Amino acid sequence: MSNDLAWINAAISAARPQAVGALLRYFRDLDTAEEAFQDACLRALKNWPQNGPPRDPAAWLIMVGRNAALDGVRKRSRLTDLPPEETLSDLDDAEERVVDRIDASDYRDDVLRLLFICCHPDLPATQQIALALRIVSGLSVKQIARAFLVSEAAMEQRITRAKARVAAGDAQFETPGAVERAERLAAVAAMLYLVFNEGYSAGDNPARAQLCGEAIRLTRLLLRLYQTEPEIMGLLALMLLQHARTPARFDDQGQIVLLEDQDRALWNRQMINEGLALIDKAMRHRRPGAYQIQAAVAALHARAATPADTDWAQIDRLYAGLERLTPSPVITLNRAVAVSKVSGPEAALAMIAPLADKLSGYFHFHGLTGALNLELGRHAEARVAFDRAIALANTAAEAGHIRQHLDRLMAEHAPLGDESRPPEISPEPGVGSPTRRSS
Amino acid sequence: MLYALLCYNDEDVVWAWDKKQDGEVMARLGVVRDRLEKSGKMGPSLRLLPTTAATTFRKTDPPLVIDGPFAETKEQLLGIYIIDVADLDEALQVAKDLGDANPGGAYEIRPLAVYNAGSPQAVTGGVVAA
Repeated sequence: MSNDLAWINAAISAARPQAVGALLRYFRDLDTAEEAFQDACLRALKNWPQNGPPRDPAAWLIMVGRNAALDGVRKRSRLTDLPPEETLSDLDDAEERVVDRIDASDYRDDVLRLLFICCHPDLPATQQIALALRIVSGLSVKQIARAFLVSEAAMEQRITRAKARVAAGDAQFETPGAVERAERLAAVAAMLYLVFNEGYSAGDNPARAQLCGEAIRLTRLLLRLYQTEPEIMGLLALMLLQHARTPARFDDQGQIVLLEDQDRALWNRQMINEGLALIDKAMRHRRPGAYQIQAAVAALHARAATPADTDWAQIDRLYAGLERLTPSPVITLNRAVAVSKVSGPEAALAMIAPLADKLSGYFHFHGLTGALNLELGRHAEARVAFDRAIALANTAAEAGHIRQHLDRLMAEHAPLGDESRPPEISPEPGVGSPTRRSS
Repeated sequence: MLYALLCYNDEDVVWAWDKKQDGEVMARLGVVRDRLEKSGKMGPSLRLLPTTAATTFRKTDPPLVIDGPFAETKEQLLGIYIIDVADLDEALQVAKDLGDANPGGAYEIRPLAVYNAGSPQAVTGGVVAA
């Protein structure tokens, strides 16, 4: 039955982080853990349709995977013969015992460790993402290659190299202490946000856009393990509130539609409701962090029925808080958008002028500079800024959006732009740092 | 007799469905629901957001607010149907029909003691209607 197969696939992929994480703890070797898991999956596909799904798929996969890998070792060392297949398919009693042994805290640390090894500091961002998608999510090399628009061979090589780097490092298999666990959580959160941003900035590449959904799935899993971490709540809220806008972010031609021009009826209410519930929960902890603040900004946009209802003064205050917490020119740039709404474009331009050196290679800096100048009727300055922005655009959609501004500028001869349509303020707020690019 | 069907399943699985898969399951469930609605047996039904969005209020003195669901279980309460059927056999038949449309997990079939329909305005608060 196809229903069965769909259910089995969903159960296997949901159990994967826990199962591979536990197998990694047993074997302390990523390749062995992955092979063991593959073996277990093959047996699940054969066994589950006949015997029905096990009560705890992850425990079943861990147990069968471990046995299969141990059999492999025994077979290679020619000590004993392989046990007959039937002994493997009757697992009910054994399963119960494994469930007992897989203590909830082991499970948490297994999943966290598996995510954490993908965050090896020597690995560039793109390799961290590729490794997480391969190992934790179980996407095929082909799927990942398609998302990154590289050949399968190139992606295979990238992942192999990343794995070698991880294997050479000293992955910690001891139970982490509280401080170390907090550090790991922070590193994993940053990596998950990279995965999300990779999808969010994908424009009209659907294979890459799927990474948003995958990042949300993994963050939800992490939050289920660490239910009281406000920053993980904030991260999940941020992802959901941003992803909720996806249906409205591009028009039929694949052009960017700015936040204030988006059809808010297209926003995904279910994701927004979940995001709002999460940020409300997080704020109760009174332990602010960068993800919570960005999510709070996204929540103010989500709560505004129309662009005019947006509480820009509060957004300005939130970005001011974020600047204090994690000073960065990109955050100041985002704050300038709010300042332009509250105090006008002149104030916003004054605020971003000192950033010119640091952000000279950043698309959104020139896009915003152009838009603010346009609003002030300074067409020549606007033109220069838009020209720079277009040269720095990362996607066709970004370039197309700036092109619209330029075309409008060319078409308007009147130096006093009284009749021009209200200018648009550029970067979509919320994304805290420019996507790191490498290899 | 009124029964609640409490839907339990692994939310890691259910919330990982892609849009297509989710749509297919909901469409199959919709067929069963429509049929029961037409025969006057299906009352309100609702789907809950993941337990990660849940908060638990412990009625201690002072009260305690805890992140997450009340019960930590392998399968989580994901939704509720209210049905009006003659007896347990018929309730089990409804559970079977819904289960055929959406395999995996379990339904707890629980007779109702009191049913308050509530304010009609309260059920439109930005929640997606299925």
